[in-house]
Amino acid sequence: MPKAKVNGKEVEFEPGMTVLQVAELAGEEIPRFCYHERLSIAGNCRMCLVEVKPGPPKPQASCALPAADNQEIFTASPMVKKAREGVMEFLLANHPLDCPICDQGGECDLQDETVGYGRAGSRFTENKRAVEEKFMGPLIKTVMTRCIQCTRCVRFATEVAGVSELGLLNRGEDAQISTYLAAAVTSELSGNLVDLCPVGALTSKPYAFSARPWELTKTETVDVMDALGSAIRVDARGPAVLRVLPRVNDDVNEEWISDKTRHAVDGLSRQRLDRPYVRIDGKLKPASWGQAFAAIAAMVKASKPERMGLIAGDLQDAESMKAALDLFRSLGVANIDCRQDGSVLGHGPRESWLFNSTIAGIDEADAIMIIGANPKLEAPVLNARIRKRWLTGKLLVGVVGEQADLGYKYNYLGAGPEALKAFANHGPISKERPMLLVGQGALNRPDSDAVLHLIAQAAKSMGVVKEGWNGLSVLHTAASRVGGLDMGFVPGEGGKTVAGMLAASEAGEMDLIYLLGADEIDTAKLARTFVVYQGSHGDAGAQAADVVLPGAAYTEKPGLYVNTEGRVQLADRVVFPKGEAKEDWSILRALSDDLGQRLPYDSLEALRRALLNDHPTFGHIDHAPGHASAATFDVGALGRDGVLADAPFASPINDFYLTNPIARASVTMAECSRSVKAARGLLAAE
Amino acid sequence: MTKYPEARKQSAVIPILWLVQKQEGWVSEPAIRAIADLLGMPKIRVLEVATFYTMFMLEPVGKTALIQVCGTTPCMLRGSLELMEVCKAEIGAKDQVSADGHFTWQEMECLGACANAPMAQINDYYYEDLTPESLKGIIEAFRRGETPKPGSYAGRHSSEPADGALTLTDPSLFDGSRAKPITALPNAKAPA
Repeated sequence: MPKAKVNGKEVEFEPGMTVLQVAELAGEEIPRFCYHERLSIAGNCRMCLVEVKPGPPKPQASCALPAADNQEIFTASPMVKKAREGVMEFLLANHPLDCPICDQGGECDLQDETVGYGRAGSRFTENKRAVEEKFMGPLIKTVMTRCIQCTRCVRFATEVAGVSELGLLNRGEDAQISTYLAAAVTSELSGNLVDLCPVGALTSKPYAFSARPWELTKTETVDVMDALGSAIRVDARGPAVLRVLPRVNDDVNEEWISDKTRHAVDGLSRQRLDRPYVRIDGKLKPASWGQAFAAIAAMVKASKPERMGLIAGDLQDAESMKAALDLFRSLGVANIDCRQDGSVLGHGPRESWLFNSTIAGIDEADAIMIIGANPKLEAPVLNARIRKRWLTGKLLVGVVGEQADLGYKYNYLGAGPEALKAFANHGPISKERPMLLVGQGALNRPDSDAVLHLIAQAAKSMGVVKEGWNGLSVLHTAASRVGGLDMGFVPGEGGKTVAGMLAASEAGEMDLIYLLGADEIDTAKLARTFVVYQGSHGDAGAQAADVVLPGAAYTEKPGLYVNTEGRVQLADRVVFPKGEAKEDWSILRALSDDLGQRLPYDSLEALRRALLNDHPTFGHIDHAPGHASAATFDVGALGRDGVLADAPFASPINDFYLTNPIARASVTMAECSRSVKAARGLLAAE
Repeated sequence: MTKYPEARKQSAVIPILWLVQKQEGWVSEPAIRAIADLLGMPKIRVLEVATFYTMFMLEPVGKTALIQVCGTTPCMLRGSLELMEVCKAEIGAKDQVSADGHFTWQEMECLGACANAPMAQINDYYYEDLTPESLKGIIEAFRRGETPKPGSYAGRHSSEPADGALTLTDPSLFDGSRAKPITALPNAKAPA
C-alpha cells in the first residue's frame, strides 16, 4: 500500500484516496464545506486547502487531489493557514451577520470553521450582496443570502434523490441556487437538503425559530414510519419532541431519512389520547383507568373466545404485541392478526417474510425485479440505495406493477400477475446476484398465495436463493410487521384474519375486537362490535371504539422493532407519554389483572426475557440474518398454486405523507400531501 | 441533431440555445422547456447553461438591433462613455427595449477589439472606431431599415495604425533589390 506523510506522520492508505481522506486517516481535521463523502466531489469552496510536496508551490484543494505515494502533506503550515484565512474572508464577504436570528446557529459549519480558521476581522467594505428568497416547498425554508454556493444541495438532489430540480444559476457574484421557476422540490428525501446545507441557507420550515440546538435533549432511537427502521436522533425540549435527524447507519439508511420520518413529529403533539374514554349513550366520555378496564372485563366475561379478536397496528413495538398476544392466547382467542393490509405472509419459514438480501446487499445486487411495490413511496431511503447501485451501471432493474417514476430507468414488464407469469417462465439467468423485491402490493390480494407461489418458482428457477446469496426480499411497509410475524401474531387454529374479523363483525358475529394501535382498517364494519382501542392518536380506530386506552407513541416508550430485513433494533424513550397515557405493555399487564389472566411479567425486562425465551430471534440486536440460512431455505415451497386474478398490482401507499396516525395528525404532512397533489393537478392540467 | 450521438445529445445544448436565439432574438422559458425535452435533460440544467452565458438573452430585445457597447478600460479611455450617452439619448435606458420595440442597448465587458476602440457589437457584427456621430448615424441607418456596413468607421481596413504604417516602410523590402543569389545551401556540408 502506498504511504504518505501527513505533518510528518507516516500513514498507509488505499490507492485512489484523496489527500483529504489520507489526512483524516492520520487524524488531521480538514475544514470543508462543499465536500461530502456521499456526494460527488465539486472542489468549489476551497476551504480544504493544504500544502503538498512534491507539487506546485501553492495550496491545493485536498478534496479533489488524489493522494500519491511518498507525498508529504501539510495541514497546518503557515501557507495553509493564510490560504484558509483568505478563503474564509471571501466566503464571509457576502455572508450576512445574522447568526442571532439564524436557525443554523449553534450547529453551523460556517460558524465553526470561522472560529477555527477565520480572521478576526473583515477587510470587505463594499456592499454585501443580497439574494432573493426561493420557494422550495413546504419543508425547506430558504434564506439564500446566506448561501455560500457549495452546491451540496444540487448534488444531493441530482445524485441521491434522483430529482434534477436544483441548479446553480448565473455565475460569479450573481450565482445562486434555485429550483426551476421556484417549483417545490418533489423528492420524498428533500429534508436531507437541510442537513447537508453547511450554512443557514436551507433550514427546516416547520422547525423555524423553534429551538436552539443546545437546549435540546438528544436521544438516539429508530424510526417507525416505514419498515426500514432508519437510525434517527430525536431532539426534544421538555415534553415536546421538536425534530428528528438522521443518524449514520450504513447497513440501513446511510445518513438519509425520508421527509415523513423527519417532519411527521408535529403529529406527536396533536390529536393525542391523554386519558381513557368509555362510550356511554353513544358518546365517548372521559373515564378512569378502572372504569375502562371494568367495561372491558364485563364484555370479555360475557363473551366467548371465538367471538373476540385482536388486531395489532403498524407502529407497535414488539413488547406490547407480545403482551397482547400472551393475554389473548391465555383467554383462548385465536382471532389474532397483525396484518391489517391482508398480507398472506406469516406461515412458513422466517425467510419468507424478510428482506433477505439485506439493504446493504443492494450494493452487491446485479439485477432487481420489483414486484408489486413502489419503493419510492414505500421506503424512499431504500429506493435511493437502489438508485445509487443503478448509477454504477451494474444493476438491471425490472418492474411488475405500477409504472411509477422511481428515479431510475427500468424495464417495465407489465402491471399484473399475467406479466409476472411470463417473467416466471424466464428460466436460468446469467446474473450472479439477482434480487426479487416483493412488495405488499403483490401479497395483500385474494390471490396472493398463488402470486407468492409464482414468485417462489421464479426465484427457484433463476437461482435467486443460493449459497451465499438470498435475493428473495420482501419489502414491508409497517414497522411492526416483521416483529409481529416473528412472534406468530397471526390467526391461531381456526382463527380469523383481519378481513375475516371485519366480515364477522359486520355480520354481528363478533362481541369484542381489541385494536392495538390499528387504524388502517375499515372501521365502519366494526359498528356492531364492542371495540377497544389502545393507541396514541385519536384516529380512525379511536373514533370507532367503545373503550379508548391511551398508549404511548414510538418516541415515548423503549421498545424493540424489527425492520424489514429482520434486524432487531432497540428504540429508546425520548419523552414521557402524554397525560394519563401509559406505555403499552403496562396497560396490557394491568388489564390482564382485571381479566383474571395475570401476565407473568412485572417489568419491561421480564417481558423482554419472556419474549427472548419464546422467540430467540429477538435477541440478535442490530443483526440482519441475510443469507445465513440460504442453503437450507426451500424457496420453491412458498405459496400455493392457484388461480390468478387479472387485477394489476397496486402499491398499498396512496399518499406517502399520510400513512399512519402520527403522520395524519401532522400539519406538516398534510401540507406536503396538499402540495404534492397540487403539483400533480398542475401536471395533469398541462 | 444527427451530428450528435444519441448518448451525447446534451452536448448540443449551447448550439441549440444559440439557434433559438437567432430565430427568436431571445431565449424564452417555453424554449428552455422544449430544449430540455429535445435533449432529454432536466430543465434546470438548460437554465443553468442559459443563465451562465451572458450572450443568451433571457428577456426580449430590440427587433432591429441589439447594440452591445464595450465598456472595458481601453474602450472607456477612447470614449465609450460618450457612445453610451448617445445610446441613452437615441434609444432609452440601458438593458431595456426602446419604446418602438426596435432597439436595445447594453454595456458589455471586453469584446476583444481593443485596437479599434471604442467599439460596439451590433447584432452579429463589430462596429469599430466609433464616435458619437458615427454611432448616431448607424442607429439612424438601422432605423431606416438599412444594415450599415460593419467594421471600422475611421477609414481603417482592419486594425492597422491609424496614421499609416510605421514599420516595414522601406520600399527595398518589397522590390526584390535585397535578394542575392544563393551561393551555398545553409547547413549543408561544405563540398569536400
